[in-house]
Amino acid sequence: MAALTDLTIAEARDQLRARKISARELAQAHVSAVAKAKQLNAFITETPEMALSMATASDQRLKAGDGGALEGVPLAIKDLFCTKDVLTTAASHILHGFKPPYESTVSANLWKAGAVLLGKTNLDEFAMGSSNTTSYYGPVHNPWQRRGDNRPLVPGGSSGGSAAAVAARVAMGATGTDTGGSIRQPAAFCGLVGLKPTYGRCSRWGIVAFASSLDQAGPMTRTVRDAAIMLGAMASHDPKDSTSVPRPVPDYEKALTGDIRGLKFGIPKEYRIDGMAPEIEKLWQQGIEWLKAAGATPVEISLPHTKYALPAYYIIAPAEASSNLARYDGVRFGLRIPGDSLDGMYENTRAEGFGAEVQRRVMIGTYVLSAGYYDAYYLKAQRVRSLIARDFTEAYKKCDVILTPTAPSAAFAIGEKADDPIAMYLNDVFTVTVNLAGLPGISVPAGLSAEGLPLGLQLIGRAFDEETLFRVAGVVEKAANFTALPPGIS
Amino acid sequence: MALDKATVARIATLARIKVADADLDKMVGELQTIISWVEQLDAVDTKGVEPMTSAVEVTLPMREDKVSDGGYVAQIVANAPEPVVVGEGAFFTVPKVVE
Repeated sequence: MAALTDLTIAEARDQLRARKISARELAQAHVSAVAKAKQLNAFITETPEMALSMATASDQRLKAGDGGALEGVPLAIKDLFCTKDVLTTAASHILHGFKPPYESTVSANLWKAGAVLLGKTNLDEFAMGSSNTTSYYGPVHNPWQRRGDNRPLVPGGSSGGSAAAVAARVAMGATGTDTGGSIRQPAAFCGLVGLKPTYGRCSRWGIVAFASSLDQAGPMTRTVRDAAIMLGAMASHDPKDSTSVPRPVPDYEKALTGDIRGLKFGIPKEYRIDGMAPEIEKLWQQGIEWLKAAGATPVEISLPHTKYALPAYYIIAPAEASSNLARYDGVRFGLRIPGDSLDGMYENTRAEGFGAEVQRRVMIGTYVLSAGYYDAYYLKAQRVRSLIARDFTEAYKKCDVILTPTAPSAAFAIGEKADDPIAMYLNDVFTVTVNLAGLPGISVPAGLSAEGLPLGLQLIGRAFDEETLFRVAGVVEKAANFTALPPGIS
Repeated sequence: MALDKATVARIATLARIKVADADLDKMVGELQTIISWVEQLDAVDTKGVEPMTSAVEVTLPMREDKVSDGGYVAQIVANAPEPVVVGEGAFFTVPKVVE
């Protein structure tokens, strides 16, 4: 029998229900794996005791035959989700010691479905980054390495700890959040499936806010089926988030029919960017061939405002962040650095509590929202955002789903790109349009780079059509047959 | 738009982030790079285009204006840096703001 940590969520679920394994032994195997993988720095807080007691409760429910959809499945939670009485940091010094007295809706939904908490995963500070190097708790290491080169690589970001934990077989799945690519890019860098649902599909209540009109929670898993199972448990309508949408949650697993005959998939010509690595281009072509072989038809489409998506994002996201992060003032929770006046205390607390990238974005956001500049920057960017959304509306008159690469490169080394914020921002060139338009997107591992690192393909769907995404993603997964594992994992 | 030290110092004050004078020059450079880069949006013709204000077409829901939850004083101050509890009341504290 394979190790318990090698099981997929679907396999574990079936074995748990058949009482072939117990939730307790499954939790114990993962708790031990977490303890052994400390060098990845994937967790900010480990919760082994909670894991074991939750698993014991799961075993009782399984015995009684009333286990939930994720009963006994050990998961990691990005440390951006508030968890009741468990330290929640957003990887920022400013939330020093913060133990929320409440539970985020998404994590509460997971516990209601029977999932087991292994711990809270590391991330870029306030989810601002694409490499998990801006965390106050230090960078996360990607379990993958280049062939013949043992320099530590980034896991991507911002959900880097979640990605590293799932790729290293430490957690069966993990939650992420995605504001510009923060689920899909780390999923691609670590050889995982990562889904950003349609804006409004998952409640944002209890998730530390970065950019409220872009943030969305989603699953990070080793298979498409596992992502479908997890999303089914995470999604809900929540009266506490007025942007969460009152639509029934479908049985996403049922969408995995493998049948995409007659489906039209769009290939956006603007995504053939200058300087794209030939191996990324080749993988994209391979993806087209896979879908054609399964009976779908490629259609060339145009998303003419693609090149303006990142600049628009770097106005809108910092603007919303500067407003959301105004609450961190040293008064009600977290860090307080004394000052000789009230303003002095605010300024000292925020200077000490926020890292360099967060300060930079709060400053940019403050500037673009300030008197005299609001129209020129913020309103302009919101108009461009309308055009980007309109591009997709036009494209979906010609196709059902869009196929692109997930990221312009494979994982890079920790420290690379560190001096150039804009080079770092370009990681999100293929993912950020999806957030601006509010659409669902999924990254599926599709191949290896010449250096032996995972590469992902992205599928973008119509709003609230996650089912088509899962169906097509399942076909890509089967055709790619991605079985490679990080070194040291067998 | 060219940023200068005075503008960046003013933004830092608005953002309530203390920036030492010695760090201002570096920050001017960093912010200028980003601002110049986002200014490529000027090339987009947005005449007659409405700003996007909602990621998904939804009508915001209405609810009755009545209190449905509450009574968590102890939990609300539990994470405060220097809370003060007096009798039934619990308080956040700040440096003195009136003489």
